[in-house]
Amino acid sequence: MTERPEPTGADEPTGEETVLRVDGLTVIGRPSDVEIISGVSVTVNRGEILGLVGESGSGKTTLGLSLLRHLKRATEITDGRVWVGERELASLNERQVRELRGRAVAYIPQSPASALNPALRLGTQLTEAVHDTDATPGQVTERVSEVLREVALPDDPAFLRRYPHQLSGGQQQRVAIAMAFVGRPDLIVLDEPTTGLDVTTQAHVLGTIRSMTREYGTAGVYISHDMAVVADLADDIAVMYRGELVEHGRADEVLSNPRHEYTRRLLMAVPLLRTSGHEDPPERDEEPLLRISGLSAGYGRTRVLEGIDLSVSPGECVALLGESGSGKTTLSRSVVGLHHQFSGEMSFDGQALATNSYRRTAEQRRRIQYVFQNPYEALNPRKRVRDQILGPYRHLAGRPANADSVVAQALERAALPASYGERFPEQLSGGERQRVCIARAVATRPDLLVCDEITSALDVSVQAEIVKLLRSLQDDGMALLFVTHNIALVSNIADRVAILNGGEIVEYGPVGQVMSTPEHEYTRALIADTPDFELSFPGAPERPGMESEDRVTDG
Amino acid sequence: MTRLIVVRLFFGALTLWAVSLVVFAATQALPGDAAQLILGRDATPERLEALRDQLDLHKPVAVQYAQWLQGIVQGDLGTSFSNRQPVSEYLASPVQNSMTLMGLSALVATPIALFVGAFSALRRDRGFDHSASMGTLVLASVPEFVVGILLILLLGPGGLDLFPSVYAREGGPEQWVLPVLTLSLAVAPPIVRMMRATMIEVLESEYVQQARLKGVSERVVLWRHAAPNAIGPVAQVVALQLAWLAGGVVAIEFLFNFPGVGKVLMDAIEDRDVPLIQAVVLLIAGIYILVNLIADVVGLAANPKVRVANR
Repeated sequence: MTERPEPTGADEPTGEETVLRVDGLTVIGRPSDVEIISGVSVTVNRGEILGLVGESGSGKTTLGLSLLRHLKRATEITDGRVWVGERELASLNERQVRELRGRAVAYIPQSPASALNPALRLGTQLTEAVHDTDATPGQVTERVSEVLREVALPDDPAFLRRYPHQLSGGQQQRVAIAMAFVGRPDLIVLDEPTTGLDVTTQAHVLGTIRSMTREYGTAGVYISHDMAVVADLADDIAVMYRGELVEHGRADEVLSNPRHEYTRRLLMAVPLLRTSGHEDPPERDEEPLLRISGLSAGYGRTRVLEGIDLSVSPGECVALLGESGSGKTTLSRSVVGLHHQFSGEMSFDGQALATNSYRRTAEQRRRIQYVFQNPYEALNPRKRVRDQILGPYRHLAGRPANADSVVAQALERAALPASYGERFPEQLSGGERQRVCIARAVATRPDLLVCDEITSALDVSVQAEIVKLLRSLQDDGMALLFVTHNIALVSNIADRVAILNGGEIVEYGPVGQVMSTPEHEYTRALIADTPDFELSFPGAPERPGMESEDRVTDG
Repeated sequence: MTRLIVVRLFFGALTLWAVSLVVFAATQALPGDAAQLILGRDATPERLEALRDQLDLHKPVAVQYAQWLQGIVQGDLGTSFSNRQPVSEYLASPVQNSMTLMGLSALVATPIALFVGAFSALRRDRGFDHSASMGTLVLASVPEFVVGILLILLLGPGGLDLFPSVYAREGGPEQWVLPVLTLSLAVAPPIVRMMRATMIEVLESEYVQQARLKGVSERVVLWRHAAPNAIGPVAQVVALQLAWLAGGVVAIEFLFNFPGVGKVLMDAIEDRDVPLIQAVVLLIAGIYILVNLIADVVGLAANPKVRVANR
């Protein structure tokens, strides 16, 4: 089922070109003795990048950290070996491990916002990563400036005196990359370094990583749950599923000819950017359900949104697309009355909506429901699913005649079995939690569902299921205001799209028109920066909008 | 940051003023008046009346308060009833003694407590951590004078005879050892426990993990990466503990016959020496406010977001 390289004897060091060799690595968790990763073997050559793909909980981060001989609390390596260059990691003592890290192997964390020390200046954090003990302070500074220039950051002393909180997310991540490359490592482990970045920044960061590995001849292990990013970047792809390596091979081979069922599922889950083949949404004569005109909003004296005009018709899905800081969450919070500091007109079903949700009627609040971004924080951990659903129902629709059927129906609409009503949130996976959030929102039978980045905290494979669910809700006649930064998702789900940039709508129209003939340069940049790949394996679903001669049809 | 400090200073002054109101109100609520208190039960009505005139006790309460407050602001704390000496003169020596005792205890206890706490966090769930945890729990649960008595029995003349157990005016520096040691042991446990808890949290953070993965030495991880992020919360506990020291550790001063503020306050209450009580209470409140202000400033200075934003 997999293409594992044959181990060539346990004590033999790796060849000259092979920087990393992992052989049958098994890590278990204490005290349950559950195998977190079992018998994983991979190799990575100089100058190449291995994409390590899997869902949360598949053990990919555990594997990545074990390459620096770092184990989380209560985990233990029970079998297998890891070679970095000539070094076998298990044989190193504490001092040798320290000499390995930052020099031979470096690590780029998922979230630079929490991985950069908030109390230390960038200069301090960068210079301490230069481990060359012979270097003079001048040489160290020169080296730091050189790497900063390579990641396209300013290298002047003023920049080095800054603290992490004075940088944007993309700059922070580039500092983290510079910090990893400054010690000229042989191997670099990248743990989802672009999660949480918007596509434009992601494209910059990925470009930086690619050119840096080529230039330095560094081997890379790129951990991700997003096949699209990995397909863009990696030479080899290894797919992990429940702690096991289920597929390993050259990237183009894995993409064109996936052997394992799970790899196919991962590939098909990636939302593909559709630039053509959209049906134009029907002309609607009726009064739109939600009409916003001339809306401006802000926090205190800071203006966030300016002159927003938007409408949502019954049963229509309107996407609100923008990057972090574009004001899209502020707009969606204004719609449901959670954000009050806005002016302009907003009407729902012909009636004006008050700015404050407290001054809206119960009926208005019932008909507009909201699903939050992070399902891990949106559910009360002490309440059963049943009570989470019935809470808002009782408040907005009154005491139900048959509570059980209300819960069962809501769960059914969110594609969950009725038995989930008795569960607590901690007994649910991320995707199931988000379904419960949706069930809670649809229990009161709203006409408009505001979805604020509801897939961004979830794995790609789970995202696909949530999108499917939303589409079935829409088929039942519910209107959606779908807020996201993911343009590929938008191209698959929305009827119309509004593109927000810097607090203003720069482009607004039917999704087919915006995707195929984008007029604003910002939209064009968004489309260009989105990582994309072709589904070319036999049996892949027909990709709408793709010409048949573009498809590789082998086998 | 200067603005934040000024705001906190203002609130500190406001608190001090509120304390002065309470102190003044409390003395008004005492049975009898100041003249009665000064002259005692056997005073003749004529003498009482004469003294009341002298002390302005016939004026409205608000005027009396204003005069009293004005005096305090100008440094005149009034005259002690019991020994007819200006309060400021009378208090000078005990205050100096108490401040020295407090300062020495702080200098001894704080660094050791921070170190023990940090080391416990580093050795989490190992031998050192467990013994430190046990030790601080025992010390925190035993009253400080019991610790003092045990130290006297162990190190004083009855035991190893290393240090004198009683403070004498003409004694040498060695007579400070036991009081300072006792107080240090009394204030240290909460600091140790807070430092341990904060450091564990900081050591679990991603930036500490990242520092370790960068290959910097454990010493640098601890003191450069972890400690600055633990200072803010710990400074608050240190401040509370040191302020408690200022509050007149009566039992300890009594135990070692130490001429400090606590002892003065105790005597003043016994003698109903109102000006003295007022002065001591205001002084203690002032030190409380000052120490907490310093802790706030340390906490702010440890946070680069505040430090940089309001420069």
